[in-house]
This record gives sequence, C-alpha cells and structure tokens, in this order.
Amino acid sequence: MPRKREAQNEINAGSMADIAFLLLVFFLVTTTMDSSWGIQRKLPPPPEPNQENIDIKQRNVFVVLANANDQLLVEGELLLIDQVREKAKEFIVNPARKESLPEWEDVSVSIAKQKISDYTAVGNAEKVTVWQKRLAAAELIGEYTITKQVISLQNDRGTSYKLYIQVQNELAAAYRELRDELCMSEFRMTFTELEEASKANKEDDSLKKKLKAIKTVYPQKISEAEPKNLGG
Amino acid sequence: MSKFKKDGGRALPPVSTAALPDIVFMLLFFFMVTTVMREVDLKVKQTNPAATEIQKLENKSLVHYIYIGEPVDTEKFGTEPRLQLADDFGTVADVGPYIIQKRTEVVEGLIPKLTTSLKVDRDVKMGVITDVKQELRKVSALKLNYATVEGGLDK
Repeated sequence: MPRKREAQNEINAGSMADIAFLLLVFFLVTTTMDSSWGIQRKLPPPPEPNQENIDIKQRNVFVVLANANDQLLVEGELLLIDQVREKAKEFIVNPARKESLPEWEDVSVSIAKQKISDYTAVGNAEKVTVWQKRLAAAELIGEYTITKQVISLQNDRGTSYKLYIQVQNELAAAYRELRDELCMSEFRMTFTELEEASKANKEDDSLKKKLKAIKTVYPQKISEAEPKNLGG
Repeated sequence: MSKFKKDGGRALPPVSTAALPDIVFMLLFFFMVTTVMREVDLKVKQTNPAATEIQKLENKSLVHYIYIGEPVDTEKFGTEPRLQLADDFGTVADVGPYIIQKRTEVVEGLIPKLTTSLKVDRDVKMGVITDVKQELRKVSALKLNYATVEGGLDK
C-alpha cells in the first residue's frame, strides 16, 4: 500500500511560494515608483547679440515679481499665492473690457477673412498665419474675443524654489481653468480630457482641431525675464 | 436524521494554500513590470515640491535629470546646495558639456525632443536654478521639466 502511493507522488512545489516570496520582497525593496511628473516649460532661445527689445504695452503685461523674502508683487499689488490665480484669470480674459487690462479683439469668421486678405496684400506672412489659426478656431467655435495678454514672471536669486513652482503652478492653473470652461461649453469635456482623447487617437483630426482652437483662444504666454536681482 | 448527524460531526478540511504561489507570482510580476531600478545614487536631498498642473514625462529615454539640493553627507560636503549630474557632483559650468555629451547618445532626429528634468529640493533658492537655466539656454536645451509631486499647494 505505501509503495503504491510513493509511485504517484508529484514534485513537491511547496517551496515555490517561498522562492516567489523572496523575489517579491527583492522587487518590493528595490522598486522606487519613480515619479516622472512635472511642470513642463519651454525656455526661450538664447538671446542674439544684437537683439532688439520687443516693445509690449504695459497694459498687456501681467507682471509677477517674487522677491527674496518669498513675497509676491502682482501688477504692483502685494498678493498671497492663492489670490494669484483669480487675478491672472481676470487679466487673461479682461471680461469687463477695462482700460487697465489687456487690449482685446473680437474674432469672427468674416473679420478673420478680411484680416487675412488685408495682410496678404501687405505681404505680412507672420500675421497671415496668426489669423489663419484664428479663422480655423472661429469656424469651429464661432465668435470669440482674444486679448493680447502676456504674463511675465520675474524672480530673485533668493526666491525659494517652492514658491517659484507654486507661482508657475497657479499661472498654469489659470490658463487651464479658462480652457476648461471654454472646452466644457463648446465640446462638453474638459481640456485635459480633450488632450487625453487626442493623444489616444492620434489619427483623429477633429480632436486636434478642437485642441488648436482652444489654444488659439487662450494661448499660454508665460515669459520669464532675463535674470536680475530684485533684492529683499 | 442520520445524514445530518454525520455532516455536523465531520471536521473542517484545512484551508487550501495551493493558490498561494499563484497569488504571490501575480504580485511578483506586477512589481517586476512596474519597478524602475534607481539609475543614480542620490547624493543630494530630494523633496520635490507639490503642484497640481502636472504632466507626465512621455519618453523616459529622452529625459536627462539634473539634481539640485543640499548634500546628504553634510559633514563632508557642507550644506550649500549642490548639483548632481549622473553620479557625480558638478558645477553650473558642467551642465552644458553634460547635455552635449548626452546628446551624442541619441539619434540626431531625436535631439529636439530631449528634455531636461530639474529635480530640485524645495528648499533650494532660485539663484542656482536660474544659472542652470541660463546654461541650458546656451546649449539650446530648451525643453524643461520641473519635477514635482502631485498634490495641493504646500504652505
């Protein structure tokens, strides 16, 4: 009787779990779950030796200064970090069409077509491409208003990195919220969702067009000044 | 009647552990797939700041990291924030050559897609970061990523 049982024996796999556990623990310990998230930015190209300063009207520039004591001066006003977003949003849209906020321009299909033919006649290729983009956006979402907003971020050498990131984050959030609002009312989805959908099906041109239209209405323009000392 | 009695009297069979290796293997494979071996030994402290408007770095092989922070070994290296490029400490002047050297490792067409990720400790002052950014501009490494963790504003 015992002999017969021995013949039927299988290989003992009881220690397999132990081996697997050992490997599991090794991977658990070595794994870092590396965070590869971050705020994406593009640096301006290196300044050319005899580059002229581009003059931008003061009302079109939203100046954010961060000093060495981590205080923020936004458009000449001392603000806390959580007030920056609303202030930036008001600046970007200029809903009340105030004189102190950036210049605005209405865009519709007919206006855009007119401008394109005007600029083509003068031979201003740069403006033509700008208006072609705006025309494409107008064809998709109807009439809209654009402003000539630019956000300028300046920091001191003594500003903490933490504050700098917070400001960058708040400014990016201001743009994102505006884009979300527009995207929601036009396409019934948030901007982030639209971006993801466009990434998921790269062949879908209509999604790309939608993205471009939103970006044309609210272009993200955050410029960083050449470094200088703002002091405490 | 006797049928029920018999049933109640029987001892419970032991819980089968036959599925245990399978479960463990499943976990093992999960960790094997997701694990990223640390590429460098960090010699500087790293507590990245938190932000909400973040994007994922798409192609990791096209990303170079520059670590900035207070040295871990403060007795040896002091508390002044230092740069770490690959495995060694570097200076701001080393950033340009480092990027150029890294460029030689990829196909030419991919060079504009190279991203530099600044992994900076939250307590570092902007001075050194501004210097690094100027260096990056000089070598036209313009795609930049500030490494952050996800989360609300930390006060």
